[in-house]
Amino acid sequence: MSSNKDAMKNILLVALSVCFVCSVVVSGAAVSLKPERLANKELDRNKNILIAAGLFEKGVTQDSEVEGLFKSFEIGIVDLQEQRLLTAGEVEQTKIDFDRYDQRKAAKDPTMSVALNTVEDIASISTRADYSIIYLLKREGELQRIVLPVHGYGLWSTLYGFISVQADGNTVSGITFYEHQETAGLGGEVDNPRWKGLWPGKKIYDENGTVALEVIKGSVVPGTSQTDYQVDGLSGATLTSRGVSNLLEYWLGNQAFGPVLKELAVRT
Amino acid sequence: MNFKEVLYDPIFNNNPIGLQILGICSALAVTTQMSVALVMCVALTFVCAFSNLFISLIRNQIPSSVRIIVQMAIIASLVIVVDQILGAVAYEMSKQLTVFVGLIITNCIVMGRAEAFAMQNPPGISFVDGVGNGLGYSIVLMAVATIRELFGSGSLFGFEVMTLVTNGGWYNPNGLMLLAPSAFFIIGLLIWALRSWKTGQVEEPEYRIGGHTSLSGA
Repeated sequence: MSSNKDAMKNILLVALSVCFVCSVVVSGAAVSLKPERLANKELDRNKNILIAAGLFEKGVTQDSEVEGLFKSFEIGIVDLQEQRLLTAGEVEQTKIDFDRYDQRKAAKDPTMSVALNTVEDIASISTRADYSIIYLLKREGELQRIVLPVHGYGLWSTLYGFISVQADGNTVSGITFYEHQETAGLGGEVDNPRWKGLWPGKKIYDENGTVALEVIKGSVVPGTSQTDYQVDGLSGATLTSRGVSNLLEYWLGNQAFGPVLKELAVRT
Repeated sequence: MNFKEVLYDPIFNNNPIGLQILGICSALAVTTQMSVALVMCVALTFVCAFSNLFISLIRNQIPSSVRIIVQMAIIASLVIVVDQILGAVAYEMSKQLTVFVGLIITNCIVMGRAEAFAMQNPPGISFVDGVGNGLGYSIVLMAVATIRELFGSGSLFGFEVMTLVTNGGWYNPNGLMLLAPSAFFIIGLLIWALRSWKTGQVEEPEYRIGGHTSLSGA
């Protein structure tokens, strides 16, 4: 039998049947579990938008409430090339289905993004999508919070998160990162609720309108002119801290959401 | 060879990490938190057991010239299935494990057991061997994760045991414990402890260093 087993015919037969069975199993698992995976991903994203806006408290708010809470947001589409919020008519004209829009996919598509040169690319993201979805929380018609998606490179990975700004367009009300692969316990402390708790109340722009908000090395000295613009660094994670500063400088700056924030602040 | 022996042997007597020094890479990567390490252990035990089972089922049909690639195809498929299941039922966890679930494919323990055991033994006992080796891997991983999480983050399974200075407590965490090299030291110490207990596992030195010079040899 052993001579038979190694015959070319048998080799091909075994190889093909193993491949066939394996591919059926793999595609079966992938297809049947896809809805759950996508639902989980969306739930996680939405949850983080709520966390940034301060509507979701870990351990208190249930996952099942996320959908309802999320409805209190109004969605705004930002044209990042012109750095302004699009009107409903202009959104129509883009012919993009924003219910299904994925900024991360768009950033990889050359027709839907621009490549940044080294001077522009402060956050080390190399390409930037043309459009971004922002979330506006309104109560009784009055703007309360603006939640902006941000991302940028830390030490090992790109950090994806949201920053929430108050209606004045200058005061931070929360920050959260929902995806990163920084070292657990060091850079991974960007998830630490205590550290995130340092952010609310910090100011973004100085008198000249440039981004002054940054994560510094060490602890913030209270009572100086810079106190409002600085956040304690994560100890042992200088490069992740710097990455967070850079991504804020980019996304809140004049190349990205800066003009939008100013426009929204004027309107209210 | 009885089932009990096959199941328990890899835990202390023939531990895949402790004696065979296999699967070290993931033991370094996923042991900063116990919960993550536990999921990794379950995933690896599952893959190892079922890859052994399936490979053993078709061991008489696998031509020896393509046996490694057939084993790889089966292991890789199982790993993808595990990855998909984790993404669907434990999304938070799969986010933390990221690439390491995928890297079970290259885990030497899985390949090693498939080649060394499942190719020669019937399915039942091969399955048990897979579970046993998975457990052997798990016990080392969990031991390392316990030490790293306790001293690195002051917690066990995410529950705070020693209040950190940053949270207003007294414990100043040991940052080294959170970095990969600490796992090397811990695994090294564990192997030392294991071999002091079971002296039969100490390897014969490959050569002995001779005396500096001796009168007769000079």
